Amino acid sequence: MSAPALEVRDLNRSFGALRVARDINLTLERGARRALIGPNGAGKTTLVNLITGALAPSSGSVALNGEDITKVSQAERARRGIARTFQINQLFRGLTVLENVVMAIGERTGDCNNLWRPAGTKRIIIDEALDHLDSLRLVEDSLKLVRELPYGRQRLVEIAIAMAQKPRVLLLDEPAAGVPSSESHLILDVVASLDPDIAILIIEHDMDVVFRFAQQITVLVAGAVFTEGAPKDIRADERVRAVYLGQDAGAGHG
Amino acid sequence: MAASDANAVPAVTMRARAIEYIGKRHRFHVWEALPWILIAAAYFVFPDRMTFGTQVLIAIMFALSLDLILGYAGIVTLGHAAFFGVGAYTVALLTARLNWGEPVTSLIIATLISAAAGFISGWFLLRYRGLTLLMLTLATAILLQEAGNYRSDITGGYDGVPGMEIWKLFGVFENDLYGRTYYIYIAVLLFLVFLVVRRIVYSPFGAALTGIRENVRRMHAIGSPVHRRLVAAYTIAAGIAGMAGALFAQSTAYTTLGVFDFESSAKVMVMLILGGTGRLYGAFAGATIYMLLEDHLAKLSPEFWQFGIGLLLVLAVLFARRGLLGLIEDIGIYFKTGGKS
Ligand SMILES: Nc1ncnc2c1ncn2[C@@H]1O[C@H](COP(=O)(O)OP(=O)(O)OP(=O)(O)O)[C@@H](O)[C@H]1O
Ligand SMILES: [Mg+2]
Repeated sequence: MSAPALEVRDLNRSFGALRVARDINLTLERGARRALIGPNGAGKTTLVNLITGALAPSSGSVALNGEDITKVSQAERARRGIARTFQINQLFRGLTVLENVVMAIGERTGDCNNLWRPAGTKRIIIDEALDHLDSLRLVEDSLKLVRELPYGRQRLVEIAIAMAQKPRVLLLDEPAAGVPSSESHLILDVVASLDPDIAILIIEHDMDVVFRFAQQITVLVAGAVFTEGAPKDIRADERVRAVYLGQDAGAGHG
Repeated sequence: MAASDANAVPAVTMRARAIEYIGKRHRFHVWEALPWILIAAAYFVFPDRMTFGTQVLIAIMFALSLDLILGYAGIVTLGHAAFFGVGAYTVALLTARLNWGEPVTSLIIATLISAAAGFISGWFLLRYRGLTLLMLTLATAILLQEAGNYRSDITGGYDGVPGMEIWKLFGVFENDLYGRTYYIYIAVLLFLVFLVVRRIVYSPFGAALTGIRENVRRMHAIGSPVHRRLVAAYTIAAGIAGMAGALFAQSTAYTTLGVFDFESSAKVMVMLILGGTGRLYGAFAGATIYMLLEDHLAKLSPEFWQFGIGLLLVLAVLFARRGLLGLIEDIGIYFKTGGKS
């Protein structure tokens, strides 16, 4: 009985009259590499918010490793192994890069419950943080304040924090958005080399990246799953071309 | 920043440097002795002004408690005087109603009761943020004040608690006419409280509070029990504010419902903002300067004082967003970098 890492069932959510999630079903097997694509405003970020618990669904359920977590708080879901990165950076801008990552480790290990021991003196935590930074080639920036970094490197800190959570399920919301293509390669290489056991859902507009990285693709249109399948099927699907790929080739995304 | 010249540094060196920096950040700097030297020096230089000095120390303690929640955790409250008031009234009612005027035990009781008040109100209020929280904290202080007014048969209402009698400190030291005894007593307590707050601020818990201030969405996303952390910080801050209130009641042997005034909550916030938030010593600088100015200007002319403090706030917002200490820091950086930044 190997339950999927993440299972979303008949999820619904509206903002007023706008239905941003309509009967969404989505499964991430252990170690999945799934891309979530769809036009702007399709509800991709909203789906991530529903999965992480930042938003409550009006109906439907979310299960993690077969356990229903629909009623579980966002923080508790994170502690149970769901991590996400944000489309628009959500970092501790006034803290150093190292402190940003240490924070995630501190909350994961419960170290942040300690009111007395000086932070930063637990070598095992600092070493782990620096290892994460090392894998993203961020060590040289570790003592810089996040707000002093160029946007592209801040995007890497987003990923470093998510990695420091040691997630079982990782949701990446356009990790390379807003990054010059010269630097986006580093980000996507990092994503590609993540632990194969982690189930990953990546939202990405760059079709080359999607087709290279993903084993499955889900296409979301107007809050509903339009279709899903292997990259070659999606690429060949005329309807997908019409609603998304054609538009993408014409207009591009920001 | 320690790593401003990191470009050419190999990763291994940088790694060692980062470990060194973060592992030593909490250590005391030499300049941190300065406020304590000044507090000690004031005792010898102005021996006949210790009643005023005592009030400055109390204001510092009050502002320090606010710094923990406002400066570090980013909780904006306009009702912090509620806890100062609870502390003051605990002491006052203990002596006036229960004939218990022993300073140390009543101080401890006052601190615990204020902390409990912080825990209970914080548990409910800290689910909210921003303007809502502002209003709710303000309302809490007003509610307490009104409750005190409603039972003025017990509290003495706005005329103050009648018949307060504070016993000798440790059964030995009378509070002399110049307030010297209490100055020393409160200075020692302030030092202890400061050590505790400083310890907390540099702990992993303190880091989490800073994280909540910097980006609460991220804290939720990394699994931080935000509400629990805020309530914990709020409880501690309320306890310290209550201790300051208790010391106020003990040192003046006088308390009225005026301690719950909105003005009192606003005043401590102005002090902290003037000195600089989120840096511990901002409370020292801000409270001292505010009290000195109030002492001088308010005597000269009450209207001018109101105008003066308003002007000071405007200047602070325009030129010293991060308070006086922030300004000093910026000037220091300016000269270090030769005016390049
Ligand atoms: N908090 C909110 N309140 C009201 N409407 C919202 C809210 N958040 C998102 N929306 C709306 O929901 C729709 C889906 O938004 P969402 O951000 O999920 O789209 P997306 O697929 O991530 O788009 P993009 O590719 O631009 O990131 C949009 O029309 C958006 O305006
Ligand atoms: Mg989005």
